[in-house]
Amino acid sequence: MNDDGEMIVMRNVWKEFGTLQALRGVSLTVRQGTVLVIIGPSGSGKSTLLRCINRLEAPTHGEVWVDGQPVVADERKLPPLRAEIGMVFQHFNLYPHLSVLQNVTLAQQIVRKRSRQEAERIALEQLERVGIGDKAYNYPRQLSGGQQQRVAIARALAMNPKIMLFDEPTSALDPEMIKEVLDVMLMLAREGTTMVVVTHEMNFARAAADEVIFMDEGQIIEQGPPEQIFSSPRHERTQKFLSQIMV
Amino acid sequence: MAYEDSYPAIRPIAPVTPRTARLLERLNRFPWWVIAVVLIALITARTIYLSETYLEAFRFIVAGLSVTMMTTLTAFLIALVIGLVTGMGRISQNILGRNIATLYVELIRGIPMLVLIFFIALVGVPTVVQLLNSFGHWLNALGFYSIAQPLVLLENKGVPMNVRAIIALAVTYGAFLAEVFRAGIQSIDRGQMEAARSQGMTYWQAMRYIILPQAIRNVLPALGNDFVSMLKDSSLVSVLAVRDITQVARLYAGQTFRYPEAYATLSVIYLSMTMLLSMLVKVLERRYHSHER
Repeated sequence: MNDDGEMIVMRNVWKEFGTLQALRGVSLTVRQGTVLVIIGPSGSGKSTLLRCINRLEAPTHGEVWVDGQPVVADERKLPPLRAEIGMVFQHFNLYPHLSVLQNVTLAQQIVRKRSRQEAERIALEQLERVGIGDKAYNYPRQLSGGQQQRVAIARALAMNPKIMLFDEPTSALDPEMIKEVLDVMLMLAREGTTMVVVTHEMNFARAAADEVIFMDEGQIIEQGPPEQIFSSPRHERTQKFLSQIMV
Repeated sequence: MAYEDSYPAIRPIAPVTPRTARLLERLNRFPWWVIAVVLIALITARTIYLSETYLEAFRFIVAGLSVTMMTTLTAFLIALVIGLVTGMGRISQNILGRNIATLYVELIRGIPMLVLIFFIALVGVPTVVQLLNSFGHWLNALGFYSIAQPLVLLENKGVPMNVRAIIALAVTYGAFLAEVFRAGIQSIDRGQMEAARSQGMTYWQAMRYIILPQAIRNVLPALGNDFVSMLKDSSLVSVLAVRDITQVARLYAGQTFRYPEAYATLSVIYLSMTMLLSMLVKVLERRYHSHER
């Protein structure tokens, strides 16, 4: 890690899909052990921003640094770098042909080169941590949405990542399952995990975030501590967005 | 006017009890054609068994069975490899690989199979042999005698027709299977590749551990059906004078002028193999689907 504790640095990042400009010059810094929550209307570029951090999306222009290393298009350097960045998706993306346990051990074995025994020990530990140790030998389709998302979190954690990215992790869940996922995320935040979370859960943002960014039309409109963003947003667009979602 | 007004529901004349309803449903669903097939098979078996000439034709033709089976099986295994590689090439990011794969598939798909078999066996193989010869001479000139020698000595006549038939069938079916594999890979949600890559797997690791196991499982029934098709299309290699059951049947008919005996027996042999395999595919498919739940 570099000296000033900057885990993620983005400088003037642009992303264009054809003529659509998804990101228009975004710069930000995430310090180690802090939680950044990104909010904003749909289509504002939040997910694209998140996916630029581990280069699932290649920026058209600009620089991304993770833990002091540039995230560049080098196919040999990307995999080890991505292994340090856990990601949780909106639709879980568990591997349906593998058991829960295998979902959590596979990348440990082939990317981290851990032995099967060690990978399984770590997997069971992480599954226990997110509260579904008893489901290790089930298959993903036998689990509820909330349980599947917690497996996805355990799968990411088992790689011992330096950063966790969450891309709308509760948006595809039935309402009664949102809390069990948010509770796990809150636990991680309190333990000092470096996290970047794209979400519409404002209560989670209030409780867990060190910093909140409001995005619109591919740009950061406003950023600051949650109290400030939620209680006294400075920008008109932030005010409008917040008034629309908090009825 | 509402749908119900213009078409009044047909009411049964007598009240239908649940038991009759179940019976009707069952009769409706029963695969009657299977009974017809079994009857045909039994009648044919009886005919062949009781008739001196049919029995003779059957004994004559069955001698080609091992060639038909070996050709189909070997060609299919090679086609699987060609198909998998080409299928992945079709969707690869690599411009060269993608275009070569697409060119191959499009060329093969646009030519009748019979013509392809002639072309590959009688033009393609000799050309490759010639190229290997030239390559051998070139290696000789460079001084790699031990590697060069077998290449130089390779002769067109040295490649027997049944090997050429296998190559022709494999190259042809490789293109078909490529499309099956491509569709199978593309049927897997994009999120699977993203999740694997986000965990630090390389493209090939993600393919091997995440995408292909799911894709191949999805295309197993299609592969089974293509195997059945190939068994039938293997009859085309008789034009190369390969002694498969079709060729042997032709020979028998030519010698004896007993056309009904020859071709009826031949049809029945194909039919029994394809129906057996089709049923096997269906059973496997059902078992796979029950595992899904």
